Amino acid sequence: MEKIILGKAYVLGNNIDTDQIIPAEHLVYSLSDEEESKKYGHFALSGAPLPEAGLPGGGKPFITGDNYLSEYSIIIGGSNFGCGSSREHAPFALQKAGAKAIIAESYARIFYRNSVDGGFVLPMESENKLNDIIKTGDEVELNLTDYTLKRIADNKVFQLKHPGDVLPIIEAGGVFDYARKTGMIV
Amino acid sequence: MAMTITEKILAKSAGKKAVRPGENIWLNVDVLMTHDVCGPPTIQIWKKEFGENAKIWDKNKLVIFPDHYIFTADKHANRNVDILRQFANEYSVENYYDVGTERYKGVCHIALAEEGYNIPGTVLIGTDSHTCTSGAFGMFATGVGNTDAAFILGTGKIWEKVPESMKFTFDGNLPSYLTAKDLILYILGDITTDGATYRAMEFDGQAVYDLSMDERMTLTNMAIEGGGMNGIIKADAVTEAYLKERTNKKYEIFESDADAKYHSTYRYNANELEPVVAKPHSPDNRDTVRKVQGTKLTKCYIGSCTGGKLSDFVNAAKILMGKEVKVPTFIVPASTTVAGELETIDISGISLKDIFTNAGCEIAQSSCAACLGGPADTVGRSVDHDVVISTTNRNFPGRMGSKKSEVYLASPLTVAASAVTGKITDPRDYL
Repeated sequence: MEKIILGKAYVLGNNIDTDQIIPAEHLVYSLSDEEESKKYGHFALSGAPLPEAGLPGGGKPFITGDNYLSEYSIIIGGSNFGCGSSREHAPFALQKAGAKAIIAESYARIFYRNSVDGGFVLPMESENKLNDIIKTGDEVELNLTDYTLKRIADNKVFQLKHPGDVLPIIEAGGVFDYARKTGMIV
Repeated sequence: MAMTITEKILAKSAGKKAVRPGENIWLNVDVLMTHDVCGPPTIQIWKKEFGENAKIWDKNKLVIFPDHYIFTADKHANRNVDILRQFANEYSVENYYDVGTERYKGVCHIALAEEGYNIPGTVLIGTDSHTCTSGAFGMFATGVGNTDAAFILGTGKIWEKVPESMKFTFDGNLPSYLTAKDLILYILGDITTDGATYRAMEFDGQAVYDLSMDERMTLTNMAIEGGGMNGIIKADAVTEAYLKERTNKKYEIFESDADAKYHSTYRYNANELEPVVAKPHSPDNRDTVRKVQGTKLTKCYIGSCTGGKLSDFVNAAKILMGKEVKVPTFIVPASTTVAGELETIDISGISLKDIFTNAGCEIAQSSCAACLGGPADTVGRSVDHDVVISTTNRNFPGRMGSKKSEVYLASPLTVAASAVTGKITDPRDYL
C-alpha cells in the first residue's frame, strides 16, 4: 500500500449517492474487459448535477471530453458519501477514472465495504468537515502513516481518522488477499 | 446477556452464544441472492479469485433472479442475462429464474418472499441494497457488492460488524388513508438518510403487527434509505400463515429481549399521522401531502419492490376505480405473480387490471423498470423536466432517468389520487 498519495482534490457535497457516482443506465458494461471497462471511468460522477460538480462553485466536471481518466485523484466529500444502491460499479468507476482515495466525514455502509473489500479506492474519514475548506484543484497530500491530509499551498495539515478494524483488509488490498494471507482461503 | 433480535440471529449465524454491537464476526450465509446487474461481475470475480476449480459453496443456497434490465433492446444489458443463463447451465444452478420462460419472476426482493426463500431466523445476503426487504420475515438480510458476494459464492461466509439497533414503535391503528409507505417516510424525515448508518432498524408496535406481509416489506425495504444495515420485524402469526403457503422449511423465531439495549428508540401514534411525501431530491425530504398538494405532475408511477406489490395495487385501485387518470400513469407489478393477481383479484367484481385499464393507466411487464431509470427504452423512465410522483424508494437526482426531473415519493393511495387530478392530491379527498 502506498503511504503517501499526492494529487489534485475534487470536492463534492453531502449525500453523494451511487446514481451520481455512476448512473444506473451505465451498469451494463463489462468490469473485466480492459477496454470496455474504461467506460466506467468515462462516466464516473457523470450523475452529479453540474452546479454541485467540483465545489466551490460547481461547473467543473470530474471527467472532460472523451477521457476516461480524471485530472483529480483525491475526492473530498461531506457526510454519507456513497449512499443509495449496492453497485460496486461505483468505487470501481472512481478507480477506473484514476481516483486513489476519498476523504469524507462519513460513508454509507455498502459503498465503504465495497471500496475496502474490492480494494478500489481508499475511503478515509476526516475528523472535521473538509469539503468547505479544500477547493477543487487544490494540490493535497494524503499521508497513511499518520493519517493526515496536507494542503500543499500552505502546508496546512488536517487530521483523518484511523481506519480501525478494517486496516488489515486495506493493507492486504482487499478481502480476498486478506483471507489468503490469514489462511482462510487458499 | 440481553440481546436484540438482530444480535440473536447474528450470534446464531456466527456460531456464538452472544454478540455485542461493534464486534466483527464471520457469518455463515443461508441464502445468497443476485441479479442481472451484479450477478455477472460477481461470477467474474469468483472465477478470477478461486481459479479454474472454483466451486459454489452450496448450490441450493444460491438464488438468481434476473430483474433489472429485462425488456430492453440494450445489447449490453441483454448480454448480462446471457451470462447468468450460461452460468446457471454450466453449474446446474436450480434456483435460476430465467427471462422468457414461465419461471421468470420479476423483482428479486418480492420473488424471494413469494418463492419461500425468506425464512425467520436466517441470514440472507444479496447484491442489492434493498435486500433489507426480507427482514420483514424476522430474519437478517442485507445488501453487499460484487466482491463480498463472490467471496460468499466460494466460502459461504461474510464478515460483518454487529450493528447497534434502533427501535421504531407504531402504536394505535393505521387509518385507512395511510399505508406502510407513509410510516417509513415519517421515520426517514426524522432520522435523515444517514440516521441509521451501520445500524439495525427494528419495527414494532400494534400498527406494525396489524400490517400484511406486503406492507411489512415496504417498511423494511426502505431501511437502506436511512442508511440502515438491516430492517427487521419479528415473525408472528401473520408471517407464519404466509410461510405455510410457500415453504415447508423449518425455522426458528427470534425476538428481542425486553431489556435489550438500543442506540435509540422512536415512538409514534399511527392514528395521529397524515399522508406524507418525500420531496425532490432525497427520501428524507418529508412534507405532508396537504402542504405540497396542487403541485403539477407529468407522470405517475406505481411499481418496484417498494410499491409494486398486490397490496399497493389494491390500495391504488380503491381510488382509481371508475376514474380516469389526467397524466400518464404506469402500473408496473413487481413480480409475475403480482401481475397474475391483477387479473384474478377484483373489487366489486371488476379485476384490478380492468380498473387500471379503464382508468387509462399503462400496465407494464414485471421488472425493476424505471425505479432506477435503466436503459433509455425503459418503460416509465423520466425524461427532461418530468415531475413524477412514484411509489418507489429513491428520488436522488437522476434516479428515475433524467437529472433534470423531479420525483416525489408517496404511498400508492397518494399516487393514485394524484393521477386522478394530475396534481399532488391528498388521498383523503377520494376515500
